[in-house]
Amino acid sequence: MEKISNKSVFFNPFSKNNPVLVQILGICSVLAVTVKLEPAMVMGLSVIAVLAFSNVIISLLRNTIPTNIRIIVQLVVVAGLVVIVSQLLEAYAYNVSKQLSVFIGLIITNCILMGRLEAFAMANRPWPSFLDGVGNGIGYAIILIIVGFFRELLGSGTLFGFQVVPQCFYDAGYVNNGLMILPPMALIVVACIIWVHRSINKDLQDK
Amino acid sequence: MNKQSNTYTIIYIIVLVIIVGAALAFTSISLKDRQQANADADKMRQILASVRIEVPDAQVTETYSKYITGSMVVNASGNVDTSAPKAFDISIAAQVKEPADKRLLPVYECKLDDGSLKYILPMYGAGLWGPIWGYVSVDSDGSTVYGAYFAHQGETPGLGAEIEKPHFCQQFYGKRLMLDGKFAPIAVVKKGMPTPDGQDYVDGISGGTITSKGVGSMIDNSLAPYADFLKSLANN
Repeated sequence: MEKISNKSVFFNPFSKNNPVLVQILGICSVLAVTVKLEPAMVMGLSVIAVLAFSNVIISLLRNTIPTNIRIIVQLVVVAGLVVIVSQLLEAYAYNVSKQLSVFIGLIITNCILMGRLEAFAMANRPWPSFLDGVGNGIGYAIILIIVGFFRELLGSGTLFGFQVVPQCFYDAGYVNNGLMILPPMALIVVACIIWVHRSINKDLQDK
Repeated sequence: MNKQSNTYTIIYIIVLVIIVGAALAFTSISLKDRQQANADADKMRQILASVRIEVPDAQVTETYSKYITGSMVVNASGNVDTSAPKAFDISIAAQVKEPADKRLLPVYECKLDDGSLKYILPMYGAGLWGPIWGYVSVDSDGSTVYGAYFAHQGETPGLGAEIEKPHFCQQFYGKRLMLDGKFAPIAVVKKGMPTPDGQDYVDGISGGTITSKGVGSMIDNSLAPYADFLKSLANN
């Protein structure tokens, strides 16, 4: 196998191998939690934490895990970490945890996690696995934040809950776009980002 | 050691599950107090919202103890039930499933800055996708609604979820729960349609019909057992 440098392990998922834009994974939560920036950011941080730690744990265990139950072991580790994150949010960020509701629990089923564990952590040492987890988590969080930025700005006229569209716009007849708050616009925004991303990175375009 | 043997596999998974289980139990126990405090503060914020008081999160507990002067638990015949647990600790979700005459009915007393006394009654019901709940505050005449607060778990944004917005809650101000000494639940109806029974009504939400109906039946089901209590308020 070709040796990949730690640097590219960390930076590749940002753009060239972005889990959302290129692998089209984890779309479900992108739809659900990006109405406002704050929950999108917390969701991104939660995924980074869960992904990094589960990658490290699985990487440490990789030589002891019996092959026939490896998926179960991965699931147990991820589920355990997700429940801990969800409990921490409930204790220290109650309002955000209310907004995210079931979606923190659904990190367990986020394909990015199982994908990274199975494809990377099972075959690599802890440190590269940690970088891979953080890298992919950030790659996912970036998209969440970009989508959240546009949806909150155009849908509610606010950013992080602060009014940014000035009142004189509303007085002049400007109206918030209610469609931005609904899930379909998340898909359309993601599609636009993929479009821009593909136009810049010509090598990713299908021949 | 054969890592593919059944014995190894079974022991491996047992040990793993015990470790993860212990970690979860530890997290849960060590965070429990904080989580409970957050949940309580959130409930206090909702109760305050029903008497038109909105404060930043940090001041909720303080404001709550300033305005909410007391609480009690009544039964369906309007008498105070002294053996019941504290009103704040009663789960409305569990109580609304009981038959009306067996329910524990919490009432919060609120004294506003102008000295007027309001009674806050909790509600719980079902929307389209999940539970909805709320609080309604009643003047000391036992009928006129002073304020209302509604919340939901997962109603559709822009449609059913509008029930938590001020423009919906404010419709309830001044509506009456008792007409001619009888309980008359405030109905939630399609805009412009009068209610058949002549009771007070508010406009439902276009496109949120099932949630609106849910609010209507929640008011009826949750508040009907309070009829005798409200009557006794009117007589005092």
